[in-house]
Amino acid sequence: MAPEGNARPRSVGAVKPQILRFTEPLRFRSGAVLDSYDLVYETYGRLNAAKSNAVLVCHALNAAHHVAGYYADAPDDVGWWDNMIGPGKPVDTEKFFVVGVNNVGGCFGSTGPKSTNPATGKPYGSGFPVVTVEDWVNAQARLADRLGIASFAAVMGGSLGAMQALQWTIGYPERIRNSVVVAAAPKLSAQNIAFNEVARQAITTDPDFHGGDYYEHGVVPRRGLRLARMIGHITYLSDDAMMEKFGRALRSDQISFHFDVDFEIESYLRHQGDKFSEYFDANTYLLITRALDYFDPAAGHGDDLSKALAPARARFLVVSFTSDWRFAPPRSREIVKALLDNRCDVSYAEIDAPHGHDAFLLDDPRYHSLVRAYFDGIFERL
Amino acid sequence: MNGAEQDALSGRSDFQAIAAWVRPDSTVLDLGCGDGLLLKYLKQTRNARGYGIDIDDANVLACVKNGVNVIQSDLERGLAGFDAGSFDCVILSQTLQAVRRTEEIVLDMLRVGREAIVSFPNFGRWDLRLQIALGGKMPMSPDLPYQWYNTPNVHLFTIADFESFCAGHGIRVLERVVLHGGRPVRAFANLRGSVAVYRFEKHRQA
Repeated sequence: MAPEGNARPRSVGAVKPQILRFTEPLRFRSGAVLDSYDLVYETYGRLNAAKSNAVLVCHALNAAHHVAGYYADAPDDVGWWDNMIGPGKPVDTEKFFVVGVNNVGGCFGSTGPKSTNPATGKPYGSGFPVVTVEDWVNAQARLADRLGIASFAAVMGGSLGAMQALQWTIGYPERIRNSVVVAAAPKLSAQNIAFNEVARQAITTDPDFHGGDYYEHGVVPRRGLRLARMIGHITYLSDDAMMEKFGRALRSDQISFHFDVDFEIESYLRHQGDKFSEYFDANTYLLITRALDYFDPAAGHGDDLSKALAPARARFLVVSFTSDWRFAPPRSREIVKALLDNRCDVSYAEIDAPHGHDAFLLDDPRYHSLVRAYFDGIFERL
Repeated sequence: MNGAEQDALSGRSDFQAIAAWVRPDSTVLDLGCGDGLLLKYLKQTRNARGYGIDIDDANVLACVKNGVNVIQSDLERGLAGFDAGSFDCVILSQTLQAVRRTEEIVLDMLRVGREAIVSFPNFGRWDLRLQIALGGKMPMSPDLPYQWYNTPNVHLFTIADFESFCAGHGIRVLERVVLHGGRPVRAFANLRGSVAVYRFEKHRQA
């Protein structure tokens, strides 16, 4: 679909991650404290003189700070939301200064379980504090301080990233002017937690897990991670999308009467699992799924989400996808209802896309036109 | 507001009648809000805090472009997500004739809103009556530019029909404006009016 009134969309080009060290202790919701930590981040576009055009992009489970562009030495390593962010794209980096950050507890350069604990000289491993969405947002706010960003024009994210965009409006209402909440839920359902628990069990019961301190044994709980990823992947796709993509197609021309790969879907899941287990840290996976489980801003307000969102001052764009059964549209409508109760400015779109939860990463023209129009409005109000 | 939007507003004579009835700073829910221009107008002229509801993707996008709040939702599923008395005013402009669950929606408007405003094309106008009576064909007009086979209008009704509906459903009409060609029609409204606009509330029990 041709963008309206904008230059032809293109990549932000070759990008470089940057790293900042923070020496003011970070107190976690659990009570644990991290005395110092690193955050790795990328930026695209230019911060304007008024420092009013910054957009923070929050990542979900398996992504990180590499949101857009590519690395000069790895041109195939394209950012995870590259179709959304770039010159002439819905979030136009000619207009906005976009920040992507790997959250604390991550495994792509920010301090996390595989980082060395200065107190012991060994990886944190099982000793890394259990992080929550609130902790991440607090750390992101400190990054904003260091970048000289008093208030974000927008904080945006999909899935777990959307929970962070929501938390910003509660934790730092004066520092966020727009919250873009895509494929979200205000808290996990029992079924959501159940899937996370199966994934965690896959990892923690892997003999190579060693209670989370596998680094010193020179091994990685690869089988567990692989299973965790396979389970996750099933929940990101809709039944229809999976049927459409793989059907019952076989790898060879007939069934084999054994238990190795027969169906294309098996091959696909194994491939996804293998790939993931090569680069992702198992402890980070545990931490992130737990952050998902624990996110529940209404819990401290008698399960009243409207009360939890009372501090919010931002404008909101909430988007869900009809075929997303992991965070289905009624979950987004709960958020919208709470925002309406607080008379917040909110627009809500329910995109009739077939791809399931993963739709938030794909470039459906209705979805992207909407985000583009919303960000055009943000730009007009800068 | 740009020129094209001014034109769109002047083409919808009911908008100004509606705006005149919306109190400053009130909260407004516009059902079937289309491109959101009425809400934008109410925001600019009445400082109304408004939300639109529309099911259509293109309309949702148009609302976002117009900078108004819109909730993508199917009116036919009702207003179950909205608390009783949560809006000062619920508006249904030129949509009542196009919904299937007319009765439920009007009553739901009065549950969610302290008062309601509807506008609709009047099928009782004399020339439409003549088209059926003499021509023997379903009527068409500038306000009803559809053939019987492609019209979105599933409930055809007149000013007299609507008023007897109100009387039968405990609805008190607060104000009425009937228009033709953008001008108010006073005498013989059901014969001469092409668009009717009503402001109404639930009958308070004595």
